[in-house]
Amino acid sequence: MKVSLKASAIAVAVSLMAVSAASAQTVKVAFIEGMSGPFGGVGQNQLNHFQYAAEQFSGKNANSGVTVQIVPMDSKGSPQEALALFKKATDDGIRFISQGNGSSVAGVLIDAVNKHNERNPGKEVVFLNYAAIDPDFTNSKCSPWHFRFDAGVDMKLEALTNYMKDNKAIKNVYVLGQNYSFGQQVSKFTASMLATKRPDVKIVGNELHPLGQVKDFAPYIAKMMAAGADTVVTGNWGPDLALLIKAAKDAGFKGNFYTFYAGVIGAPSAIGEAGTDRVFQVSYWHPNVEKNALESTYTGFKYKFKEEFYTVALVNATKFLVAAVEKSKSTDGLPVARALAGMKGKGGSGEDIELRAADGAMQQALYISQWTRAGGPGVKYAMEGTGHGFKTVRYLEPKLAAMPTTCQMTRP
Amino acid sequence: MEFFTISLLNGVSYGLLLFMLSAGLTLIFSMMGVLNFAHASFYMLGAYFAYQVSEWTNFWVAFVIAPVLVALLGGAFERTVLRKTHKFGHVAELLVTFGLSFVILELVQLVWGRTPVEYKVPAALDGSLFKLFNSTFPTYRAFMMVVAIGMLASLFLVLKKTRIGLVIQAALTHPDTTEALGHNVPRVFAFVFAGGCGLAALAGVIGGNAFITEPGMAQAVGAIIFVVVVVGGMGSLGGALIASLLIGVMQTFAVGLDWSFIGGLQSLGVDVTPETFGYPVWKLKLSQVAPILPYLLLVVMLVVRPKGIMGTRDE
Repeated sequence: MKVSLKASAIAVAVSLMAVSAASAQTVKVAFIEGMSGPFGGVGQNQLNHFQYAAEQFSGKNANSGVTVQIVPMDSKGSPQEALALFKKATDDGIRFISQGNGSSVAGVLIDAVNKHNERNPGKEVVFLNYAAIDPDFTNSKCSPWHFRFDAGVDMKLEALTNYMKDNKAIKNVYVLGQNYSFGQQVSKFTASMLATKRPDVKIVGNELHPLGQVKDFAPYIAKMMAAGADTVVTGNWGPDLALLIKAAKDAGFKGNFYTFYAGVIGAPSAIGEAGTDRVFQVSYWHPNVEKNALESTYTGFKYKFKEEFYTVALVNATKFLVAAVEKSKSTDGLPVARALAGMKGKGGSGEDIELRAADGAMQQALYISQWTRAGGPGVKYAMEGTGHGFKTVRYLEPKLAAMPTTCQMTRP
Repeated sequence: MEFFTISLLNGVSYGLLLFMLSAGLTLIFSMMGVLNFAHASFYMLGAYFAYQVSEWTNFWVAFVIAPVLVALLGGAFERTVLRKTHKFGHVAELLVTFGLSFVILELVQLVWGRTPVEYKVPAALDGSLFKLFNSTFPTYRAFMMVVAIGMLASLFLVLKKTRIGLVIQAALTHPDTTEALGHNVPRVFAFVFAGGCGLAALAGVIGGNAFITEPGMAQAVGAIIFVVVVVGGMGSLGGALIASLLIGVMQTFAVGLDWSFIGGLQSLGVDVTPETFGYPVWKLKLSQVAPILPYLLLVVMLVVRPKGIMGTRDE
């Protein structure tokens, strides 16, 4: 009996050693995201992106064999739930978290990471933000533990308003957004940037609606039409954008839409034929960019999940994390954060990208694209079976898309 | 003018949908004295059943079958659960329906997932019916209105002009006498409960594809239909109709109007600046507070006229 106990103890010890030897090559990332509730569809789709990116760009597909393992945690989109899950992730010894849908959630996660790292030296956690783009996160609230792989609201709106500036047909602009930090930033930046770039343009409405609560946008569309809007600027995403565009189509609204997320799951189907040439998007990538470095990833993802691929930020986050683990030879938070700061790489259209050390913001190219019929030059791929896709109408290289930062922090 | 007409049409169509939802709730309440907390869940079931049936066949089959299926489920629930808890009083009945709403929510999430399903408006009804100035009015909204009005008319005819309606009304006010006359009152209750659930499901069938079919849809309307029932007067169908239209029109117009306290005060000659005490409250626009208006109406109504617009109960 004793012998067998001893033998099994040794067996357990050996297997534990084997596990730890393997886990030196494995880095766990807690994916804290709303995967149920009104924005659950977007969260699920992002999880697919992340898992696909980990499959394609880590493990046996990375030279070093460093594997990114994703631990999905459903926050239901609520900051409170996200905090509880963050606690669980750190209790489980996970050192990397990723989130993106909702700057309201990202804000509390950044605070939580800061506090945690202050109180638990040696167990630092790094936040890989792939889509929460409130510019405060890389300015007044910047943190050495937070890295944002998407482009900020300030970068995107600078590019978008520069494009709008040259369109003399724009006269009356209506700004509609979701009532939380991100929507408020979009509304504020759009109004101030248009006021300096096109003083002749009138802002005929600047409206915020409850996040994820409005199911019938017909009253908002009626209001836009009554205000005489010819152009709508909106940061809406997920069902909030799809339902908005659906209501605009139903009411026969003829204005143009300037959006952030028209390419995100559900929106292309809602835009469809009715939105031809009238919907614009600002993004750091789209399926029809010239010099597409991720064409096989796009087609592979689409084939596997029957969904559109657009979150290149998760591919970049995976690649950068693998590279940082290789460089620092560690899977701990502090050395990897040091390696990530200022790290350089190649973006979705082969451009040189850099995770700026000053504020942790990814410096990358930006595209303004227009919803047009697929098949013509520059529109190789249609989205969600609509026969339509995005066509580049303006390209900004990373240098031109960059924005200054007011971030004051010292990296540990 | 264009804004006024379109907003009125939008408001009335939304109000009629609310009425379809709350008609069953108020009917059940007036019959059985039970506030059915799971009522909005039957609305959600209607939408999901319709989605599933229209996937297998088409929308028109779903339009007929889904409400019937939900009504049968509602009847079975009344027969097997609610009737048994009846003898323990209203609190037990209330709690049982409350529990049921969670059971239905979890079941829906297990079967159809936690994200919205692709329940689409049928091609025949997709498109615009007529053009008003520059705006078009979608055919489907008109269809919603027609269905709601048709339902209202048939409900009225059944309750007022048929023998079943007579028995229901008798059982409502004098259950013991009705039973003594040889009518099976428990069966009438089950019938009404099933009918109420069926009406909610019908609202789900046409509301699910007009807006969105997702697990959160029951919660989204749950609170508002209670407002309708309380404001209209518990148990009053006419009151529910008035309250639904009132709330529908009020919410639609409130979204469209940018009135605020600042504007009002300024027209009175009072200057309000960001330094004024309470500025964040004064600058709130009517369009921003639109979502809370129904609840404000509920509170005001309970203070001023607790029995509701057309309520008859004096408590």
